[in-house]
Amino acid sequence: MHRKTLAELAAGLERREFSSVELTQAHLARIERLDPALNSFITTTPEIALAQARAADERLAKGEAGPLTGIPIAQKDIFCTKGVRTSCGSRMLDSFVSPYDACVVERFNAAGAVMLGKLNMDEFAMGSSNETSYYGPVKNPWNTATVPGGSSGGSAAAVAARLVPGATGTDTGGSIRQPAAFCGITGLKPTYGRVSRWGMIAFASSLDQAGPMARTAEDCAIMLQTMAGFDERDSTCVDRPVPDYRAALGNDLDGLRIGLPKEFFGEGLDPAIAGLIHAAVDEYRRLGAIVREISLPNMHLSVPAYYVVAPAECSSNLARFDGVRFGHRCENPTDLADLYTRSRGEGFGAEVKRRILIGTYALSAGYYDAYYLKAQKIRRLISEDFRRAFEEVDVIMGPTAPSVAFEFGAKSADPIAMYLSDIYTIAVNLAGLPGMSIPVGFSNGLPVGMQIIGGYFSEDRLLNVAHRYQQATDWHTRTPAGIAD
Amino acid sequence: MEWETVIGLEIHAQLATRSKIFSGAPTAYGAEPNTQACAIDLGLPGVLPVLNREAVRMAVKFGLAIGAEIAPVSVFARKNYFYPDLPKGYQISQYDLPVVARGKLSINVDGKALTIGITRAHLEEDAGKSLHEDFHGYTGIDLNRAGTPLLEIVSEPDLRSAKEAVAYMKKLHALVRYLEICDGNMQEGSFRCDANVSVRPKGQTKFGTRAEIKNLNSFRFVEKAINHEIARQIEILEGGGEVIQETRLYDSVKDETRSMRSKEEANDYRYFPDPDLLPLEISSGFIEEVKATLPELPDAKRDRFKAQYGLSDYDAEVLTASREMADFYETVVREAAGDPKLCANWVMVELSGLLNKDGLEITASKIDAAGLASLVRRIADATISGKIAKQVLETMWNEGGSADDIIERQGLKQITDTGAIESIIDQIIAANPEQLAQYRAGKDKLFGFFVGQAMKATQGKANPAQLNELLKKKLQ
Repeated sequence: MHRKTLAELAAGLERREFSSVELTQAHLARIERLDPALNSFITTTPEIALAQARAADERLAKGEAGPLTGIPIAQKDIFCTKGVRTSCGSRMLDSFVSPYDACVVERFNAAGAVMLGKLNMDEFAMGSSNETSYYGPVKNPWNTATVPGGSSGGSAAAVAARLVPGATGTDTGGSIRQPAAFCGITGLKPTYGRVSRWGMIAFASSLDQAGPMARTAEDCAIMLQTMAGFDERDSTCVDRPVPDYRAALGNDLDGLRIGLPKEFFGEGLDPAIAGLIHAAVDEYRRLGAIVREISLPNMHLSVPAYYVVAPAECSSNLARFDGVRFGHRCENPTDLADLYTRSRGEGFGAEVKRRILIGTYALSAGYYDAYYLKAQKIRRLISEDFRRAFEEVDVIMGPTAPSVAFEFGAKSADPIAMYLSDIYTIAVNLAGLPGMSIPVGFSNGLPVGMQIIGGYFSEDRLLNVAHRYQQATDWHTRTPAGIAD
Repeated sequence: MEWETVIGLEIHAQLATRSKIFSGAPTAYGAEPNTQACAIDLGLPGVLPVLNREAVRMAVKFGLAIGAEIAPVSVFARKNYFYPDLPKGYQISQYDLPVVARGKLSINVDGKALTIGITRAHLEEDAGKSLHEDFHGYTGIDLNRAGTPLLEIVSEPDLRSAKEAVAYMKKLHALVRYLEICDGNMQEGSFRCDANVSVRPKGQTKFGTRAEIKNLNSFRFVEKAINHEIARQIEILEGGGEVIQETRLYDSVKDETRSMRSKEEANDYRYFPDPDLLPLEISSGFIEEVKATLPELPDAKRDRFKAQYGLSDYDAEVLTASREMADFYETVVREAAGDPKLCANWVMVELSGLLNKDGLEITASKIDAAGLASLVRRIADATISGKIAKQVLETMWNEGGSADDIIERQGLKQITDTGAIESIIDQIIAANPEQLAQYRAGKDKLFGFFVGQAMKATQGKANPAQLNELLKKKLQ
């Protein structure tokens, strides 16, 4: 059953080829067997899963099922789940059991999906390799000596290893797209405001966005259909109708205007990846698309701007983890300052501390204008670059990441090198645009992802563009050796 | 050297919304600790704020009432600092772009009219409370207050004495209650004040170094703390010292201010726009909608009272000091259908005396406006004299009942029958031949003696005007 895509499983459930309980048990068994080597789950929730599966089977029997009813999924451990530990990959929240569900979790529950557990991630979503998790790194199923990418590395690895047909991720600077690329799966970061952030533990509020991670664009469409939509509890969530994503998948791509930004193909890009992207673009030409080179002149400013804005917001967002009301508290604090410094010192890992320090500095009196305000100006310039580009093209394509998955430890000593692995994805978050990554081939036996960027709220088009490519190619069906069975 | 004081006030008015500024939790005061705080107020991971429309409406109402500009776009910012009763580690406030800017308020001090500038008024959330008692060396945290909406009203440094500061604060206090945007309860902290105080040699234009005195929660403390601070600063300056910029706390028990933290120790709040909240846009339509709900404001009401009821400046000022007082007075006038000045006197002097004695607000008066009006009517129609009326009022206050019932039951009806009064006068004159002789010999003072005797004989019920007239005639 694990070989089937989410859409195929939904069809199987509908036809009663198997029950949700059977499906759930099969996936739980795979997790038990394969995940010790991968470490993609922080928490598994078999009891909840089986109860949800039984309820789903009843719904299916009554004919009250939707496309996600009875489908096993897993949540990135950044989403609050009622009664279940929600750790955010941090020692700080190792003991935190959320009293409420995130909006995304509520919506999957309402749709009748089955939650298998909570997925590993970089601590507080800060990282590009999953090496910052308090629960240890996730291994890339394609080569367990390499990283799965981050921060949604657990989600990407679990989907790639067929432990779950679909998982949620969050993307602040590439955290859905880059691990999707490293693990050879399909991931979509929606437009900022498309999916509610209620109950999603904030890293950088103006950049964070939840999205689906699955094997195919079609599966992402099914998941996004449930995730997207207005939620009055999130003031940044946009009240705008959600289109029928699956209905748009079949549209043909005749005359589709594709832009290739020259800034995405310059220095620092692995030539093998460049070759695969061009090959994928050629495939789009065959599907009727028109390709032209474009320019996003301020792209080189995106990483520095991001590493001011995101740490600034995180330094404030993470202030609530103070050992007073919930989360880690140090033993026997002597006074208030000791309680704060030791609880936070012990609870947070090195990368989180680095970003809190950078952000605190950037917001300090006397530095605010030079850093934070300037970064916000750059953000506007980058948005403007995209706005101009979308006057000429419908979608932008390029590499998702400059390299394939790297080995553990390769970049962990050099934060700048690590930050540059998000060089192509960060601008999309700064502009608030939707972006996808789809598998387009392999280099040295590791998957390569291509990024597709669209205008605001063009998720339907992105999914359509990705789906048509997946209809014509089979890169997305490749399965890591050793876990195929 | 002659010194001039410069004062600016920052007043925090708790807005009278039913729910909190960024959550749906109730704002009720006095509940069991941590029972009025929801996930958002607790700052749990993943929660997000949603702005309370009612709080914005109230801020706009205030802005309109002080003739201020209502910002078409204002921004919520995070003020970052660590404190156990600040759940998120930041307070959501407004910084660069407040919702209300550049208003003014007129005050009256010793008969002098002054206009005080209001720099800005912005919306923000309150923090919780740290409880240091009864926890065996630990500190308790009560987050019921966390997230309560506040309007911080910042004045220009236009005030020149503690007296002016108090007059300004009282005026503002009346205004927010007129507008029904704040209950004004100072004991519960619904209306509190920080004062920025500095002194400078008279004639100097540059401001002196200021000290900020925190958390003054009564008019009396504001006056005492400011006066104390002025004296402290002058003493330092006259001794050749320098005032240092710092935050000071007023100790009402010792009647002194003491240093809380210096400028160097001050927090760097690292303000930045809150990314969880979009800029607040206020349309002209919304402003018009709010404008339509504005009540008659204190100054307008005072002027109307003077014109409509012929009251003095002082009486009009006192009667419009609160909306409740003004409403009470106008009900008395309407019900009594008579002399507005007489009504003013009975509300301001006699009833207020009883209220003060029992420490009650006009809204808790034991005699309602209609009851007082019926008493005033009996004075106006000469059923009883003013002196008897005071007696009736006391009975109404202490025992309840209507004025007419009390007058009837106690037989207090004034004697207006000329024949009856004349016969009493005749008896008194007959009984006091000596005094009569002296009076007729020119000792005019004895007129009072005869009045007294007549009142004594009638238990004060003789109509005073009639009695005077008849006595004069008979004594001639």
